[in-house]
Amino acid sequence: MSNTTGPDQIFRTALAKNDIVLPRCDDCGAFHFFPRVLCPHCHGTAISWKPASRKGKVHTTTVVRQKPERGGDYNVCMVELEEGVRMMSRVDGIAPGEVVIGMDVTAFVGEADGAPAVFFKPAEA
Amino acid sequence: MTDQLRGKSAIVGTGHAGFGEAHGLTAYDVMAQSALAALGDAGLKLSDVDGLFCTMMEDSMPALMAAEYLGIQPRFIDGTMSGGSSFVNYLTSATMALDAGLCDVALIVYGSNQRTGSGKLVTASRPPAYEAPYNPRYPISAYAMAAARHMHEYGTTREQLADVAVSARAWARHNPEAFERGPLTREDVLGARMVGDPLTVRDCCLVTDGGGAVVMVRADRARDFPKPPVYVLGSAAESSHRQISQMKDFTVTAARASGQRAFAAAGVSPGDIQAVELYDAFTINTILFLEDLGFCAKGEGGAFVEGGRIAPEGVLPVNTNGGGLSCVHPGMYGIFTVIEAARQIRGDAPGIQLNDVDLALAHGNGGVLSSQVTAILGSQNTL
Ligand SMILES: [Zn+2]
Repeated sequence: MSNTTGPDQIFRTALAKNDIVLPRCDDCGAFHFFPRVLCPHCHGTAISWKPASRKGKVHTTTVVRQKPERGGDYNVCMVELEEGVRMMSRVDGIAPGEVVIGMDVTAFVGEADGAPAVFFKPAEA
Repeated sequence: MTDQLRGKSAIVGTGHAGFGEAHGLTAYDVMAQSALAALGDAGLKLSDVDGLFCTMMEDSMPALMAAEYLGIQPRFIDGTMSGGSSFVNYLTSATMALDAGLCDVALIVYGSNQRTGSGKLVTASRPPAYEAPYNPRYPISAYAMAAARHMHEYGTTREQLADVAVSARAWARHNPEAFERGPLTREDVLGARMVGDPLTVRDCCLVTDGGGAVVMVRADRARDFPKPPVYVLGSAAESSHRQISQMKDFTVTAARASGQRAFAAAGVSPGDIQAVELYDAFTINTILFLEDLGFCAKGEGGAFVEGGRIAPEGVLPVNTNGGGLSCVHPGMYGIFTVIEAARQIRGDAPGIQLNDVDLALAHGNGGVLSSQVTAILGSQNTL
């Protein structure tokens, strides 16, 4: 029986403690996301975990249009973090249509379907 | 495909079934009717088929399900599932299998009842773990984000996106097989219900039933069939990601690589192509693929499609059947790019038949701009 904690589990365990950590390759120094057992850039397998800067910019965005009785419109976007990785997420705290490409955003740990997940809010000026 | 396979195989039959609404039929029924139509077109029987190339939206072993349903025992199958591009991709594997003698009659086939069956996209795949928490609507949110980025970087406008849908409809209006044949204006598209900004419901492909099939043989016997043979001059694929969140550049697809290799294998260039059949799941697709395949420069796709330039009487005939936007889109559209390209070359296109088409391009897209496959088809004159 292996007691290995896989990369997906490391990421989610950290999230449950309100920490956002990102995998970084010891060989080439590049971050990647989603977590995996190898570096997709150089294919090295020595991966370290670093606390995320939580600072990002909206790379692209859309509004999923939905009838109010089904929950209404919501934002889906791609955020590029300072570390150079992108993640799908949602910007909260403003109307979904007001999320624009290039805007500065800050990550926080929220909840989706009962599990912790990374969301963003507009960065403080 | 390298140029050693150029012209080694030919399409000798095409067929389709269940366009629009196939009430009371299952996806496999539509698949089987499509197979029979294509074999009938080729003057062949199901019992002649010894190579089967098939995937479906249902099941994890659709090629086996299809063979079983058809009552055949193929000695070569390929069920590679790269989404809607699969059926263009099978042109390569079928050519390889035929050339190697692994089969003699290759049947590429697909069918779906997604409109009457469920009214929405049927999929056997699970939402990706790192995207699911944000509830992207699959697949439109992915294409919407690609469109938004293209607009941001290149100034592409919603009007230009709309013109793609208007052009597709203009072709479809002449095609009795097309599902949507009513008039459509730029204003209609812009004023339609927004489903995933910046895309309205008219920027999105149809949800229809339908199936399609092509029959292929080795080139050495391709002239022994009732219809003029359509040769596979080059076909090439490139896969860049599965999840939209992993797409490196939201404005550049792997069609750039697949296109370059397909053109090189065929020994022709974009300027030689007389009919362009692209997988237009959304209006942004047409713009991206025209750019990436080299019909215009990156960022100029919006201007390229504006004001009827890809409509009938325009500068380049694109999606001459009406495409996935107006003709048919039963979950996966790839097979129909091949069928329309082949029929334009044969001279029996169902809608507007272009004059003397010797070279046509079929381009398949799979997943969320994930898998790109380009095929160049040619008449006897191009060998
Ligand atoms: Zn590395």
